[in-house]
Amino acid sequence: MNLATVLVPLVVAIPLLGSAITLALGRRTVTQISVGVASLTAVALISATLLVLVDQQGPAVVHVGGWQAPWGIVLVVDRLSALMLLVSAVMLLGVLLFAVGQGIVDGDRETPVSIFHPTYLVLAAGLFNAFIAGDLFNLYVGFEMLLSASYVLLTLGGTGARIRAGVTYIVVSLVSSILFLSSIALIYGATGTVTLALLAERIPALPGDVQGILGLMLLLAFSVKAAVFPLSFWLPDSYPTAPAPVTAVFAGLLTKVGVYAILRTQTLLFPSNPFQVPLLIVAALTMLIGILGALAQADIKRLLSFTLVSHIGYLIFGIAIGTPLALAATIFYVVHHISVQTTLFLAAGLIERVGGTTSLARLGGMLKAAPVVAVLFFIGAMNLGGIPPFSGFLGKFALFQAGAQLGTPLAWAVIGAGAATSLLTLYALARAWNMAFWRPRREVENYDSPMLDRLTDDPHDDGTVVTKTVSPLMVGATAGLLALTIGLTVFAGPVFDFAARAAADIEAPSDYVDAVFPGGAP
Amino acid sequence: MSASLTLVLIMAALYATGVYIMLERSLTRVLIGFVLVGNATNLLIFIMSGRPGSSPIITGTASDADMVDPVPQILMLTAIVINFGITALILALVYRAWWLAQLGDEGDTLTDEHATETASSAEQDFRSSTDDDAAVRASLDASDHDDASDHDDPDDHEDPDDYDHDDGAPARPGNTDAAR
Repeated sequence: MNLATVLVPLVVAIPLLGSAITLALGRRTVTQISVGVASLTAVALISATLLVLVDQQGPAVVHVGGWQAPWGIVLVVDRLSALMLLVSAVMLLGVLLFAVGQGIVDGDRETPVSIFHPTYLVLAAGLFNAFIAGDLFNLYVGFEMLLSASYVLLTLGGTGARIRAGVTYIVVSLVSSILFLSSIALIYGATGTVTLALLAERIPALPGDVQGILGLMLLLAFSVKAAVFPLSFWLPDSYPTAPAPVTAVFAGLLTKVGVYAILRTQTLLFPSNPFQVPLLIVAALTMLIGILGALAQADIKRLLSFTLVSHIGYLIFGIAIGTPLALAATIFYVVHHISVQTTLFLAAGLIERVGGTTSLARLGGMLKAAPVVAVLFFIGAMNLGGIPPFSGFLGKFALFQAGAQLGTPLAWAVIGAGAATSLLTLYALARAWNMAFWRPRREVENYDSPMLDRLTDDPHDDGTVVTKTVSPLMVGATAGLLALTIGLTVFAGPVFDFAARAAADIEAPSDYVDAVFPGGAP
Repeated sequence: MSASLTLVLIMAALYATGVYIMLERSLTRVLIGFVLVGNATNLLIFIMSGRPGSSPIITGTASDADMVDPVPQILMLTAIVINFGITALILALVYRAWWLAQLGDEGDTLTDEHATETASSAEQDFRSSTDDDAAVRASLDASDHDDASDHDDPDDHEDPDDYDHDDGAPARPGNTDAAR
């Protein structure tokens, strides 16, 4: 019983407890806020401690209730899990501060305060549970927790637009959950266990075709959640309608849980990488089709949603290559993408507050109105676009290097697609920045440009412009997260080294298995 | 592993009908489809426990070789609970979608006339409605005693319970008339 095993269950228990308290104290906003902030701060600190401990001592394993591994529930935190825990806890905290700063506080009927905090904490608990799950079924439970919370957050207030968007999102998520549960049942039927460490021993022993079916079912279920083309159609229609902080959390973290699950299961359970070719093709298509969608958007939030889909392609690319360098680059890119995408969505939330809309057709002269927001959005956009020396460039560079080492024609084609996507991302975001910030206000009326001809506006946007005040806390939270992404650039060396060690862990699952079964797998 | 063919057939039928119904546009039908597919998945998990046997865990009643595999039952139980919660949530969503479809955004402004109510006036209304209920119940009981011989409709007793104490105003006049 060392410190790490005490800390592991707390990352789920604390947010759940906080959720219960905030639910009971629904009418006391201040208490709710402090409980929420305190729980997430605690989890962030615990995750940081776990990160250090796990890096020094190897994976921390907790047998819940004292039941040994194949029979009981096992929680495992290795380097990858610890990193994901830390990043997501910090992001959740930053976004919560933004939400507090925003008028989720000002008693808006569209965003009822009393339900926001408990749901947000359940989402956090589900997310953390998915990251520390040591068996497939617990992963499923984690997914369901965060999905149920996300259903509530997405339809917050129950306006017509949100119900419409929510229905698409919920039905798609339900189908993927059913698929996931069915594949768990089949995996149990084939191997007699759901513990990941034991599956790592038993699945490779199965006949190849059975392995293929099981792997494909898991991959499909997770791909829907990660928004991999062609299963990404639901995302740009559902995310942008939610309140800005909710969209930021969804964009930053929810799709990445899917990526994490793919990363974990493909490396641990299917080490022979049987889906390399289809994954490479899908990665290229995700990048290109996602970014082409982004080019056609006039609404900043929708534009960002499409870039989100597009950049999932890079992560799938790394997973498909599957070499230690590629996995390290993927892990680094996940961290980069979580932080930068969250920051950009928060910046879009700020634009919405200052300019009253996120439609490029009606924004203009924002550089004078909100110079700070202009800088925040600009740096985030450059980072996402992969301009050197930002972390986006470093992550993409490492991915391309790994692809070049693989050296097949297909890998080179995906590298080409990735480079094109990077440039197009830059084009889309720079255009958005130019039109919203650089263009003078007086040019907005009757502005005509061939660039606007093919743009489609948000279908639910009715053209109203509502300007609200921006609280310093909102700008502060966004700036803090942006500082984090810059920190990721400055300290890219140590972070990438850590990612490389995490990749080495998941590349050779024997450590993971030994940690769960010290006396050898039964 | 040997499984019951009946269960497999039922599972297949549930999956097929569930997916078919889920493909329709109506949200209520999607919900029904989800319930069917969810139960099909639960059955699939159950089938994965293999051959039938005696109850697990209870000591002294069966030998180990006789017992049925308990793990799928645990997984299934958890899945049932999760499905239950999700179903409740979708039901709320269906209701909300119906509300918006029937009344549009004006449906929301209807409730705004209550926004000016203070807590005390709301409480007063609530108290008077409970008084009404008590009066109706008393008159019902009285009428039951009076004409129990020629009037044996058991529904009379249930009517007062159907009142929605918060905003069931439209239902009240009809029922009180019936009670009289």
